[in-house]
Amino acid sequence: MHKLQCWIDKMGIRFVLMVNKQGQTRLAQYYEYLTLEERRTLEGEIVRKCLARNEHKCSFVEHRNYKIVYRRYASLFFLVGVDDGENELAILEFIHLLVETMDRHFGNVCELDIMFHLEKVHFMLEEMVVNGCIVETSKANILTPVQLLDKAS
Amino acid sequence: MDEESPTKVGLNTEKAQEWSPLVSWRSFVRGSAKLVLNLSGIESVREAEAEAEAEAGVAMAGSSIMENLFQRTLEDLIKGMRLQLIGESTFISKATEEIRREIKSTDHHTKSTALQKLAYLSAVHGVDMSWACFHVVEVMSSPRFAHKRIGYHAASQSFHQDTPVLLLITNQLRKDLSSANHFEVSLALECLSRIATPDLARDLTPELFNLLSTARVFVRKKAIAVVLRLFDNYPDAVRVCFKRLVENLESSDPQLVIAVIGVFCELAAKDPRSYLPLAPEFYRILVDSKNNWVLIKVLKVFAKLAPLEPRLGKRIVEPVCDNMRRSGAKSLVFECVRTVLTCLSGYESAVKLAVEKVKELVVDQDPNLRYLGLHALSVAVPEHLWAVLENKEAVIKSLSDEDSNIKIESLRLLMAMVSESHVVDISRVLLNYALKSDPEFCNEILGSILTTCGRNVYEIVDDFDWYVSLLGEMATIPNCQKGEEIETQLVDIGMRVRDARMQLVQVGRDLLIDPALLGNVHLHRILCAAAWVAGEYVEVAANPFELMDALLQPRTNLLPPSIRAVYINAAFKILIFCLDCYLLQNEGSTSLDSGNLAGGQSELFCVKDDTEAAELATREGSNYEQDVGFNPKNTAESSEDHSAENDIDRVASHDQTLAHPTLLAKKKFMHESIVNLLNRIELIFGPLIANQNVDVLERAQNMLSLVQLIKEEIIDNSFQNVDKKDTRVSAIIKLMRDAFTMELGPVSTSAQGRVAVPDGLVLKENLGDLQAICGDVELPSSSSLSTGGPHLATTSDASSNLLKNEESGTLNESTSLIEHRKRHGLYYLPSEKSEIVTDEYPPANDPKSNSNINDEASELVKLTEQSFLPKKRTNQTKPRPVVVKLDDGDVAPISVKRPESRDDSLSGAIKDVLLGSETGPSMSQSNPSDKSSRKQKEKKKPNTNVQSEMKENVVDAEKPDSENPNSSSKNHGHTRDRRHRGKEKIVEGEEHDQRGKKKSGHRHGRRKTHQRAKSPLNVVSQTPVIPDFLL
Repeated sequence: MHKLQCWIDKMGIRFVLMVNKQGQTRLAQYYEYLTLEERRTLEGEIVRKCLARNEHKCSFVEHRNYKIVYRRYASLFFLVGVDDGENELAILEFIHLLVETMDRHFGNVCELDIMFHLEKVHFMLEEMVVNGCIVETSKANILTPVQLLDKAS
Repeated sequence: MDEESPTKVGLNTEKAQEWSPLVSWRSFVRGSAKLVLNLSGIESVREAEAEAEAEAGVAMAGSSIMENLFQRTLEDLIKGMRLQLIGESTFISKATEEIRREIKSTDHHTKSTALQKLAYLSAVHGVDMSWACFHVVEVMSSPRFAHKRIGYHAASQSFHQDTPVLLLITNQLRKDLSSANHFEVSLALECLSRIATPDLARDLTPELFNLLSTARVFVRKKAIAVVLRLFDNYPDAVRVCFKRLVENLESSDPQLVIAVIGVFCELAAKDPRSYLPLAPEFYRILVDSKNNWVLIKVLKVFAKLAPLEPRLGKRIVEPVCDNMRRSGAKSLVFECVRTVLTCLSGYESAVKLAVEKVKELVVDQDPNLRYLGLHALSVAVPEHLWAVLENKEAVIKSLSDEDSNIKIESLRLLMAMVSESHVVDISRVLLNYALKSDPEFCNEILGSILTTCGRNVYEIVDDFDWYVSLLGEMATIPNCQKGEEIETQLVDIGMRVRDARMQLVQVGRDLLIDPALLGNVHLHRILCAAAWVAGEYVEVAANPFELMDALLQPRTNLLPPSIRAVYINAAFKILIFCLDCYLLQNEGSTSLDSGNLAGGQSELFCVKDDTEAAELATREGSNYEQDVGFNPKNTAESSEDHSAENDIDRVASHDQTLAHPTLLAKKKFMHESIVNLLNRIELIFGPLIANQNVDVLERAQNMLSLVQLIKEEIIDNSFQNVDKKDTRVSAIIKLMRDAFTMELGPVSTSAQGRVAVPDGLVLKENLGDLQAICGDVELPSSSSLSTGGPHLATTSDASSNLLKNEESGTLNESTSLIEHRKRHGLYYLPSEKSEIVTDEYPPANDPKSNSNINDEASELVKLTEQSFLPKKRTNQTKPRPVVVKLDDGDVAPISVKRPESRDDSLSGAIKDVLLGSETGPSMSQSNPSDKSSRKQKEKKKPNTNVQSEMKENVVDAEKPDSENPNSSSKNHGHTRDRRHRGKEKIVEGEEHDQRGKKKSGHRHGRRKTHQRAKSPLNVVSQTPVIPDFLL
């Protein structure tokens, strides 16, 4: 009962991680400050927890005070840590939107695209999420500044 | 939600494999290309800048060009990392060295590239970059956007409250926030959203205020999101910015609305009341918006607001249901369901629709939807248990789901359905599930049974004999790791429920006697409790000798010292009890034999003992003695029967000492058996004097001294020759026995508060110094272990020696145990049994078990059906035993959630802004006073409870005392005066009734406060927060 009470207390995205099958972090974006040590342990725990699950299991894992919503695309896991009150399905849609956006930009996006164009991916994420709130859900709008940047350099 | 297949945008691994051989070649080509380009002076952004630098100064230019030429870019670094042969950590440390050199460069380009690499290494490989903070500031202030971007990114990634250079960037941020280039503004906003401190927030509020009404939507939406961070750090910003934020809420631009609703969603989560006046705006968005994300957020806002204002619920229920019916997006439908179940539970048709949707979810193919369906049901539990019951088949089916998260959800739901009437059956079925599930889930099940049954001082348990046996059964489940919880409950029930003690000792004995259990580390805590129970309540044991056997068995040396010490203490109590009984019996028999002679002596020890009873007892005892010789098993049973018959008598009997003779009837304290017992104790405890653990050593030493003392006096004296020495022993034993018969009771958590502080004792407010004093003092248990630490080798040697000794020298010991095993085979849990158990319950994926599962599932379905029936205790074969309950102390204090002071100031500020000058001051005042009055009320409640409770206690304590000095008073938990065991039946019944009444009253009261805390509707509806025309 107590658990249910705090279920709807807080909301928002706390971090976005991209981790490959081997458990190597490819992208880490935190919307709250954690020390490097805290980040490392958190990532380790989450990766251990989520990567062990198969596709017949649900995509939501509770960990510490976060709820992790994750989804696997080929070799890459997208893990989003949210507060308890967030709508899980909406976060899944958010992940999908992110992947689609990257796909539109890179064309058949793969892990290497993300590795070598990390700053662009960060740029896209920054367009989509500010301070843990989703502020943009249109692919075209997200990609405009990235394309401008491309043109400029 | 459109569940598109992931393969559509698949990241294919083949591509990666294709790529990797290319990498070295490409980097080579690019490297040479760069060289060519640079030399030929063909324009490229990077190279152009290098040239500009070159123009600036000849000497400088030379070095920077060289640096520029040979610097590895981020891409080179990543490629190098993939091809490295020297090990990743070495590569990283080398790269970091390189970066440290490059970052000092005066060339902007070199510097920013170095920083970019460092930020990458920090984000992905966890390399420390705090040392580079000054360089970050430098790069941030670069005029070129590409560099600035790198700087800002590094700052938002690595800066935090304690970063020393944070003060230096205020001006830079201010400049960029008011820049004409909206990408620069965007960078600064993004950075501010991550690193804002109270100082930064205060200084930059004016800039943000301007941005909130800028025509450039691109930056305005970001500014809106950042405002949230600003409010958190600097509540006064609300006074400046809030109006503009509300204006954005009224905007029709969808890009702005999505940002602003996100902000209000967060704000409303913290303090919903302040945002009630904005309800019409939210309503408009709910009705107009077509964006699912926005709708989800606005529903979340309403989920917070609706409980505060009943008229809101009426208003939104239609649009919510509309969305639920129409929308194809599962996420939105789910949010509607959640909103209805949490805050619109009064609207029957809406709830019905929501439950309908949930029903679809829980049987869906997609595990995500199944999980969420169960989750939604758990929200419905408090208000709509029927929704759960309607879906119980799906819930029970989920109990054997592949996903442990789903299993746990369904377990939670199942436990929510449990009530007094069928807790027994559900626990039985769950225990079977536990036996065949994986260890993790097994313990999850055990844990939830324990918490459910233990809730509110065993509220739903009627039959404690059953529950105690269940605890014993749990302990023998192979995967059980709930030792600590079971331990606590065993001891707790022992202290609280007098009528359960007999069964408790029985269960304890079954556990203690099984040598196989001693090897299981997880069970040690349970065995500890069992030993304590056996020692403490030995007077209700069927056979104390058997208990002693169990406590003395050789495998007890597998126990950790702390638990061994408990074992020894339990053995000590049992010994005292046996000796006491023996001596009393002796009195009786002598009084029989030598008539009046002993009568005088018996008065010495048992003042109130009447010889008639003693005679009766010994006569019975002799009867049984005959039986013993022929058929021990039979006696055991008959004695149990007898004990059952005697049970009532025993409870009803007035005097503690009187209980002895009746017990004597059951137990045969022969001279021989006592001597045997003493010998065995000597034998077993002899080696313990050399034990490394002081606790064990000391207790064993005490025991041995006592045994020696008794032996000297008893052994030489046969039955007939009772001389004065014996009386001395009797006196000692009597004394000790008296010490042990003092009953221990539960202690209220608030007990300490009732103890008056003695004069002259000054209590410190702050226990901070304690840390300094106790900082290096270890916990008692670990310290006792650590004394054994250095001597670990010797200890093990000693124990192995001990084993050898026991094996060779004391052969009769083990044979006696085998004998014992043979005689009481029934009570031993054979070690093979666990295998049988696993045979009985094959693993879950075994095809054979499927039918079994189905059976159980259907059984559960049947069981939960009973929840529909009114919760009446139908099978009242015996009344629920009295459970000692310290009403005010036992129940966990209802924590009054206090909003943080910052939130208070935040909401105060918001109210001031929202309600303007006319209602502003009154509101901001009324709110705290309202809160405090609520708090006061809540505070008052327990107080009155305590008072009435105390009154009742006094009445309870006085009434029986005046009527019957021997009947036990209810508050024995506090007084510890438990000499009088007897209890009048009628008094007990009365007490029970009273308790029942009080309990329900108490429960009722709690529910009331709960409701009040949850929905202070009346308070709001009186305050004119929302003008009527809006609704």
